[in-house]
Amino acid sequence: MHGTASIPRLNPPLTNNVRLILLTVLISAGVLVALRVPLLLPHPPEHRLPPAKATSLPPVPGDFAVPPPPFSPEIFPCSQCHNEDQPTNKKRRKLKMEHKDIVLQHDQEHRWCLDCHDSDNRDQLRSASGEPIKFEESFRLCGQCHGDKLRDWRIGIHGKRTGEWNGKKEYLLCVHCHNPHSPKFKPVAPMPPPVRPEQIR
Amino acid sequence: MTFLRFLGGAAGLVVRGNRLYYAWCALLLVLVFVGAGAYATQLRDGLVVTKMRDSVTWAFYIGNFTFLVGVAAAAVMLVIPAYLYDWGPIKEIVILGELLAISACIMCLIFVTVDMGRPDRFWHLMPIVGKLNFPGALLSWDVVVLNAYLLLNLTIVTYMVYSAFMGREPNHHFTWPLVIFSIPFAISIHTVTAFIYNGMVARPYWNASILAPKFLASAFCSGPAVLLIVLQILRKMTRLKIQDAAIWKIAELMAYAMGINLFFTGAEIFKDFYSHAHHAIHTQYFYFGIGAHRAIVPYAWMSLFFGVVAFLLFMIPATRKNVVTLNAGCILIYASCYIEKGIGLLIPGMTPDGLGEIYEYTPSTTEVLVAAGTFSLGFLIYTILLKVVVPVMLGEFRVTDLGDKAVVGTGPEAPPAGLARAGH
Amino acid sequence: MNTEQTPQEQGPAGVTRRDFIGGCAAAAVSAVLASCTPEQREAFLQKRFKELTGAELEAVIARLERENKEKFKTGIKVKTTGAQEGVLFGYGLDISRCIGCRRCVHACVKENNQSRDPEIQWIRVLRMDKERGIDLTHSDPYYNPPEVPEPDAFYLPVACQQCEQPACVAVCPVQATYKEPDGIVVIDYNWCIGCRCCMSACPYQARRFNWRDPVIPPDQVNPDTHYLGNRPRYRGVVEKCTFCIQRVREEHGRYPACVEICPVGARKFGNLLDGESEIRHIMREKRVFILKEELNTQPKFFYFYAT
Repeated sequence: MHGTASIPRLNPPLTNNVRLILLTVLISAGVLVALRVPLLLPHPPEHRLPPAKATSLPPVPGDFAVPPPPFSPEIFPCSQCHNEDQPTNKKRRKLKMEHKDIVLQHDQEHRWCLDCHDSDNRDQLRSASGEPIKFEESFRLCGQCHGDKLRDWRIGIHGKRTGEWNGKKEYLLCVHCHNPHSPKFKPVAPMPPPVRPEQIR
Repeated sequence: MTFLRFLGGAAGLVVRGNRLYYAWCALLLVLVFVGAGAYATQLRDGLVVTKMRDSVTWAFYIGNFTFLVGVAAAAVMLVIPAYLYDWGPIKEIVILGELLAISACIMCLIFVTVDMGRPDRFWHLMPIVGKLNFPGALLSWDVVVLNAYLLLNLTIVTYMVYSAFMGREPNHHFTWPLVIFSIPFAISIHTVTAFIYNGMVARPYWNASILAPKFLASAFCSGPAVLLIVLQILRKMTRLKIQDAAIWKIAELMAYAMGINLFFTGAEIFKDFYSHAHHAIHTQYFYFGIGAHRAIVPYAWMSLFFGVVAFLLFMIPATRKNVVTLNAGCILIYASCYIEKGIGLLIPGMTPDGLGEIYEYTPSTTEVLVAAGTFSLGFLIYTILLKVVVPVMLGEFRVTDLGDKAVVGTGPEAPPAGLARAGH
Repeated sequence: MNTEQTPQEQGPAGVTRRDFIGGCAAAAVSAVLASCTPEQREAFLQKRFKELTGAELEAVIARLERENKEKFKTGIKVKTTGAQEGVLFGYGLDISRCIGCRRCVHACVKENNQSRDPEIQWIRVLRMDKERGIDLTHSDPYYNPPEVPEPDAFYLPVACQQCEQPACVAVCPVQATYKEPDGIVVIDYNWCIGCRCCMSACPYQARRFNWRDPVIPPDQVNPDTHYLGNRPRYRGVVEKCTFCIQRVREEHGRYPACVEICPVGARKFGNLLDGESEIRHIMREKRVFILKEELNTQPKFFYFYAT
């Protein structure tokens, strides 16, 4: 029995050459289709940033808002206590009466309170050269040693800024983040880690 | 109108059969319903019922899809010898390969659908009404070629079978271009599927140019593996004549494909382990695991071992022509390629993920059930198609039979004596 | 068996199979659509955000606001603010400063209305061993010591890198994700089909999928939202960082939430086309690098070491 014979055969006569040509055409078509993929993919040109002008002057104090310095409560003005009634003892020593909580961990071998706090007017600070510096501009004091940080801070690289990326910004003073007497960051507890994929059900 | 009568007759063929046929269909139907139930859960609760997570975002569903694209593409293994080389023994059975391609394409589309987070938005993928990102996105290519290939095969098969049913000689000017056209489509469905992965620079495991050739090589052994078993079943269960020569020829071609596939696998393994660059970590995960993460390592070795054994069985003519070793080889090849695509492609590709995290994926029960349901539906479709087409091939179901009495009632498994036969 | 009784036979004369199947499909779709509320129907048929015109857009926004009002019992504004002329956003992250405290991760969740259960986080902070340097393979996002920074570690926060050549955009089959003129890669949550191609394509693992219905307690919803950003999402769609598009696109553009919360000022943000912006200062004064530069995705997320 030839049961399979009833499916009509598709039988155009083919010479070997025709087969070869057909195969070549098909394979080329396949390759072409495949090749077109990368050609058709959108390839935006690399983005070129506009040339920057020579570094312009960084913002100067007054150009931006700075929150008031983070004084301990009710401690300022310092002249509440440090007044005519209390003559200044300029001798470097360990404090025994007030400010005992302050542990200086900021180049303590070389410095002490009155290297930064103005001995004549305790409501302000002083630079190494004796120039008075307001607490609101304490960054100038810090910048004497940390000039690179001051520069970075002014242009917004160092430190935190809040507000508008295209408008009003608020800077934080160095002392908002760094305790001036012990500037190294203190470790904090991290917030909770993500849920592992295995635990999502 | 005759076509409607053909469909009616076909429906008659489908609902009748012997006990084995009913049992087989019932089993498949039960699995389809179980799968549908599992999918309903997924629709209700979201893809959280799978084990896919942000780290491994594609897994079992897409792995099955990839494997089945290969099965669909494999019809070309019969089409080329049948039509281009006009080789008789295969020409007689080429339609069975095309039917398999149709079923596999449908399964592919189902697997893609069940993997979607928003299947309700399927219409976004349609050209014109939706916004198909063509030609930019490879997935849109896949949508196009897969549907086109399905349509092409449906057209060819329907036309040929209907012509046979009508007792007409098919018009070669119509079928010939379609058949020829289906060859590059078969190759491109699998190439494009490979390119989906291949184009992702984020995943070094896939971003290797050997991927597409390897896909084709493994497809050309896994697809025919299914077919060889089906052919033998049909030979036993129906009066369909399938020559040994056809089966042996297919097995021989499979051996070559498996050889090439193993060679490509070896090339990949060599590249990764010899250079031992960071990117090799994915291959390492597949074959050796990373630390305690070794869930899929046994599968890697199983796939490799099965592939090698099957290659040897099919390469040696004696074992290729022995029924037992031939079928063992088919099962081994099927298993090897199924592991390679279903597990070995997706999971190592995404483990560790883009930031180095290792999430060990294994499919959830829902995923397994949905996959089982999809496969069952595919097999059911294939069974039904065969149930109609085989009698046409045998000349048992013809327009002339649809007279007043419409003699279409008997399945080919148990032909009653005296059934009108057009063959000799 | 008489074929006359099969259902296929009962079709009206002259109807082809294609018509029949097409008709059935159309009927099925219409039936489903008819059984929906008008609201659901509108949502189902909504066009892509990019293609919505004036009146359509207004209707869509009104519908979204109604939906959210119903869900969260509070008015939620959905903005559609467009990109500003001459702006290309860039981000800087100072690895020498980050202490791995995850304040940014949680501020982001609050700001951007991520699901709280399971909590979706757009920022992933990776703990790196100082001994190894940047080595993703050995990184750990789940670190949880009592205190950070740990002495032997540094931290690398990763979120969407807002690439100029985004791999995710290229692979999206329906163009639901795309790059805006100001460089932000956005997702249209009403167009995304949830195929997750973009997640596979992203080299930075920056995209998140809503595996289940997102949950936000109504009292925790941020009512200031953008269509392409932090409006509440749906199940089955992808989401990711948008540089806080609802904040930065304002005329007085606020810094993204992560920049504002960072306790050590490690996070920087600005306009790459403005030579005087912070980010440009950083690129000029410091040495920046991008993650996985060999992939040519061209991130606009620059890591740097200020010290």
